[in-house]
Amino acid sequence: MEHIVSARGLVKQFGAYRAVDAVDFDIPRGSCFGFLGPNGAGKTTTLKMMLGLSPQMSGSLEVYGLQVSEQARQIRARTGVVPQADNLDPDFTVIENLKTYASYFGLKPAVVGDRLEALLDFAALQGRRDSKIHTLSGGMKRRLVIARALINQPEMVVLDEPTTGLDPQARHVIWSRLNDLKEQGTTLVLTTHYMEEAERLCDELVIMDQGRILAQGQPAALISCHVEPEVIELRGERSRPLGDVALRHGCRVERLGSSLYCYTDDSAPFVSELKQAEGLTFMHRPAGLEDVFLKLTGRELRD
Amino acid sequence: MNYWQPPRIRIDAIAVWKRNIQVWRKLIGPAVLMNFGEPTLYLLGLGFGLGHFVGEMSGMPYLAFLASGIIASSAMTTATFEGMYSVYTRMDPQRTYEAIMATPLEVDDILAGEMLWCGTKSLFSGIAILLVASMLGVVSGWQALWVLPVVFLIGLCFAGMAMVMSAFATNYDFFNYYFVLAITPMFILCGVFYPIDSLPELAQAAVQLLPLTHAVALTRPLVAGGELTMPLLHIGVLGLYGFVGFYISVALVRKRLLV
Ligand SMILES: Nc1ncnc2c1ncn2[C@@H]1O[C@H](COP(=O)(O)OP(=O)(O)OP(=O)(O)O)[C@@H](O)[C@H]1O
Ligand SMILES: [Mg+2]
Repeated sequence: MEHIVSARGLVKQFGAYRAVDAVDFDIPRGSCFGFLGPNGAGKTTTLKMMLGLSPQMSGSLEVYGLQVSEQARQIRARTGVVPQADNLDPDFTVIENLKTYASYFGLKPAVVGDRLEALLDFAALQGRRDSKIHTLSGGMKRRLVIARALINQPEMVVLDEPTTGLDPQARHVIWSRLNDLKEQGTTLVLTTHYMEEAERLCDELVIMDQGRILAQGQPAALISCHVEPEVIELRGERSRPLGDVALRHGCRVERLGSSLYCYTDDSAPFVSELKQAEGLTFMHRPAGLEDVFLKLTGRELRD
Repeated sequence: MNYWQPPRIRIDAIAVWKRNIQVWRKLIGPAVLMNFGEPTLYLLGLGFGLGHFVGEMSGMPYLAFLASGIIASSAMTTATFEGMYSVYTRMDPQRTYEAIMATPLEVDDILAGEMLWCGTKSLFSGIAILLVASMLGVVSGWQALWVLPVVFLIGLCFAGMAMVMSAFATNYDFFNYYFVLAITPMFILCGVFYPIDSLPELAQAAVQLLPLTHAVALTRPLVAGGELTMPLLHIGVLGLYGFVGFYISVALVRKRLLV
């Protein structure tokens, strides 16, 4: 498969701290590729390096077959960027933001005329075309930033936490838009803290922590490779003595405060014992990406 | 990455200039009012008020002397304000540069565009002053139009230095130092209000190092009439200050934003 991005031994250091620590990855063209990781993992730094906006210290990084250190301008001309925090131009209206952004790519108004209308439709902002930016809701701003990233008809769109801070409706709208893009063949590269988002959108992902890649693969493969298929969660004081019971049934047990997470290949015996305990509530669910994530990155707070 | 690699000047910078002129057009009313209001106030207030007592200065009516100096100092303050407050706002709190840098444009293009825009704003202020001065009858003739490219160059010169300040700044208060230590002394000492040969000798030599002195040396004869002495030297000094300022600011902003 053709790779649109290839990184080998990529390093970024801030003072003595290695924010990106000898990372290797390949992003297949046309796929949706995710970077998952806790706060400070180095996701944003990695994306910025791909755009030539954060000089790399060592290693090699190619995008579209071009060296980022040599040809960042050419790379950015073919890429769409959705930054972690919105940076729309507050001096302009919605439509002016799109027009002005087009001008930074050297695109003439005559060329982008139709594109602007299509992008307003895409962002569902036709009714707000002449609104000032500060009057938009968070979801509208995010949609506009995504639309803005498409003004140059990019081959690849890089999205840094596209749906953080949005309500469920807004997130679903953005997910469906991103799916549309993927179907048109655009490569998507995104970072996220939301496992649901990663599972829905990503064909392939890496889990990063403290600048290193801990695991890499398709979501389903990661789950089956790193955790047992079923989880039983128990909460509250009454769960305390049940840890030993879980262990006896061959579960792998993780504790966080008074909660127990019991991972197992065969839940039936443990579940039937739990059902006999009166008034005990527990949750029995299939393991997901979040379990992989927590297993690999630990449960402590990051910063 | 080598932050001190010489800046590249490309046509792309025009996109940034256009962005700014589009924002300016939205507030054209107050902007034009400022362009005319302030110099008119200076010329009428000081020119007539003070001029009444002073009479002539350097062989010309005080109003003519003042108008031909104010056109230079206004270009200086206009470009300085834009190159500090506006550039800093777009670079830091507003994060406009971050957005622009995700496109093919680089720091070099952004600051070149900003500098052109500062020059353009100085030009607007110069046009306004020239109009007011000619209505007051103190412009010596059509050759005064040559002051307009000069005013643009003065804008570039001070924009370069102001952008260096922006690159260092961590908040707006920082700019007070530059005003108190650089802009205000130049405003007072560089021949806008009185000829520099009335300064003590040592001071006369010192002000020769300051760009506003050279700016006034060009604008005064062009606007009020009189012999233009050593124009290439003055143009060279302004150009040099502007270029060095641009170079340093590009390097510092690269260092600041490309981390
Ligand atoms: N300009 C900088 N100077 C110093 N350290 C920095 C700088 N930018 C990032 N870092 C550090 O590098 C590490 C990685 O930061 P990065 O922003 O890439 O993380 P992230 O994975 O995007 O986190 P988040 O999920 O919080 O956005 C962090 O420890 C951060 O503090
Ligand atoms: Mg981040």
